[in-house]
Amino acid sequence: MSAAAITVLRRLAAAAGVLLAAATVVFFLEQLMPGNPAVAILGGAGAHPSNAQIAAVDHQYGFDRPLLAQYFSYLGHLLRGDLGTSYGLHQRVTQVIGDQLGPTLVLTSTALVLAWVVAVASTLLSAGRGRTRQAIGSGIEVVLAGLPQYWLGLVLLVVFAIQLRWVPVVGGTSVQGLVLPALTLALPLAGFLGQVTRDEFGSALEQPFAVSARARGMGEREVRRRHALRHAALPGITLSGWAIGALLSGSVIVEVIYSRPGVGQLLVGAVNNQDLPVVVGVTLLVALVYVVANLLVDILYRVADPRLRAPARS
Amino acid sequence: MSAIDQTLARGPLLPVASTRRRRARSVRPTVALSALFAAFVALAALAPGLVTSQGPLTVHLSEGFQAPSLHHLFGTDQSGRDVYARVVYGTRESVLIGLGATAVGLGVAALLGVVAGLGGRVADGAINRLLEVLFAFPGLLLALLFVAIFGPGPGTEIVAVGLANAPGYARMIRGQVLAVKGSGYVEASRVLGHSRARTIRRTILPNAARPLVVLATLGVGQAIVWASALSFLGLGVKPPAPEWGAMLDAGRDYLQTAWWLTVFPGLAIVAFTLASTSLGRFFQQRLEGKLER
Repeated sequence: MSAAAITVLRRLAAAAGVLLAAATVVFFLEQLMPGNPAVAILGGAGAHPSNAQIAAVDHQYGFDRPLLAQYFSYLGHLLRGDLGTSYGLHQRVTQVIGDQLGPTLVLTSTALVLAWVVAVASTLLSAGRGRTRQAIGSGIEVVLAGLPQYWLGLVLLVVFAIQLRWVPVVGGTSVQGLVLPALTLALPLAGFLGQVTRDEFGSALEQPFAVSARARGMGEREVRRRHALRHAALPGITLSGWAIGALLSGSVIVEVIYSRPGVGQLLVGAVNNQDLPVVVGVTLLVALVYVVANLLVDILYRVADPRLRAPARS
Repeated sequence: MSAIDQTLARGPLLPVASTRRRRARSVRPTVALSALFAAFVALAALAPGLVTSQGPLTVHLSEGFQAPSLHHLFGTDQSGRDVYARVVYGTRESVLIGLGATAVGLGVAALLGVVAGLGGRVADGAINRLLEVLFAFPGLLLALLFVAIFGPGPGTEIVAVGLANAPGYARMIRGQVLAVKGSGYVEASRVLGHSRARTIRRTILPNAARPLVVLATLGVGQAIVWASALSFLGLGVKPPAPEWGAMLDAGRDYLQTAWWLTVFPGLAIVAFTLASTSLGRFFQQRLEGKLER
């Protein structure tokens, strides 16, 4: 087996280990919940369930079994892709999440692309082009990166939907309705990515390979586009794995602001109703996406950066 | 995305052998402005009566929904309460929650980081694995999971935000402990014949603790952003308490008619975060400068 294949296999095993541990952490956290989950299932303490009802639910959901038995059956169900049944909606959690996944995926992937476009544009326009431009560029990035999404979203809503009426206030899942939510999600991320690519871009312009490209007679624009940008994208690729996690949690807030259907709205509703299976399901799903994304990034990185490829055996 | 993440991405908080040297600069205007703002926030939190003459809960039904004017700097809300007064009076609760969450996060992180840094390979490996697992959950989701389990409220909010931030801090503190442990002056202390306990207590811990000032300054701003996010989602402090995030949430119902109800409390959060980031970076540069000299 080649060295590269072994590396990939090792990464896969590590990722599986992280997921198993994540599921375990969540399971034992759940056990810390004060009160009886059966009461929550029966509509909360306000519903005054009888002891017989509680015992029946305990039995139905397996809460009366020993903790370890519950843990292993939970893991077994997870492996089969079964996240249990929602306390409040009385539907399979996988189905509940599946119904909401589409709009969230559209939102987060649009935002990721948009963030990259803004970050690269800002880098190309201002990095290494004199102090003033550089200061303006990095100043904008710092402010963008520091904006909380819930506030940015509300301000965009007030300005563009309510005052200027360019886009509908409640956009639903239409394309027009996607503009503001995607911007809200993308701008802080763009500010953050921009800061990193700018740093790298600036140092790449002073590297020997940039100097030698200029010495070969390559124009400054070509040097920037062909050499420096590629260099600057590397840490950006690494960050994209992290960014997907950040986008998913950001979408919780953005979906609430814009009353957009999606996993985030589902999650907030579930947290409010203490519907733990749904909360746990979404949390585990996001952890899965995060781990898989980072795995892909790791592999992509090796493709993009020849220095990291395993050297041929001599 | 946030100050802490940015610092994380920049690598070790305080490189013992810095590769990227920063020029020693005089105090920049942004830093001075931030310090001024921080002083104002402290005053508003300790003695709000000195900064505004109106009460945060005083209702004037005849003066509802007034746009910002000289009399009501930030306008009034549906019951004619002065929004500026509410933002000022909300400072104490918002800042206390931020400080509390930062203390919880740093406390847990310091424990993990120091044990990992000093406890030998097994402890280090175990804690590193644990952190890696916790990193798989974006902070907000971890906080939401926490709220789902323990029920909403300001107490849960503080613990949830603190714990959500702890893994990042723990990784930085561990790195710091390791860097200090490998430095020349620790070796010197050992050469001088000091016991291991004394070296740890007198040399390693104080030096590893110094950058905590930076972490705490950067962290308070971020903690307030997150805690406000929870309040904004209706899972933390509830209206009519004048807390910044809760005010944002309450103002959302009147977005169409009274934008000032959401814009100004949010502006307070943004200003606070920017100030905390800029002051944190300033402390960081000062510390780096001191080490390099």
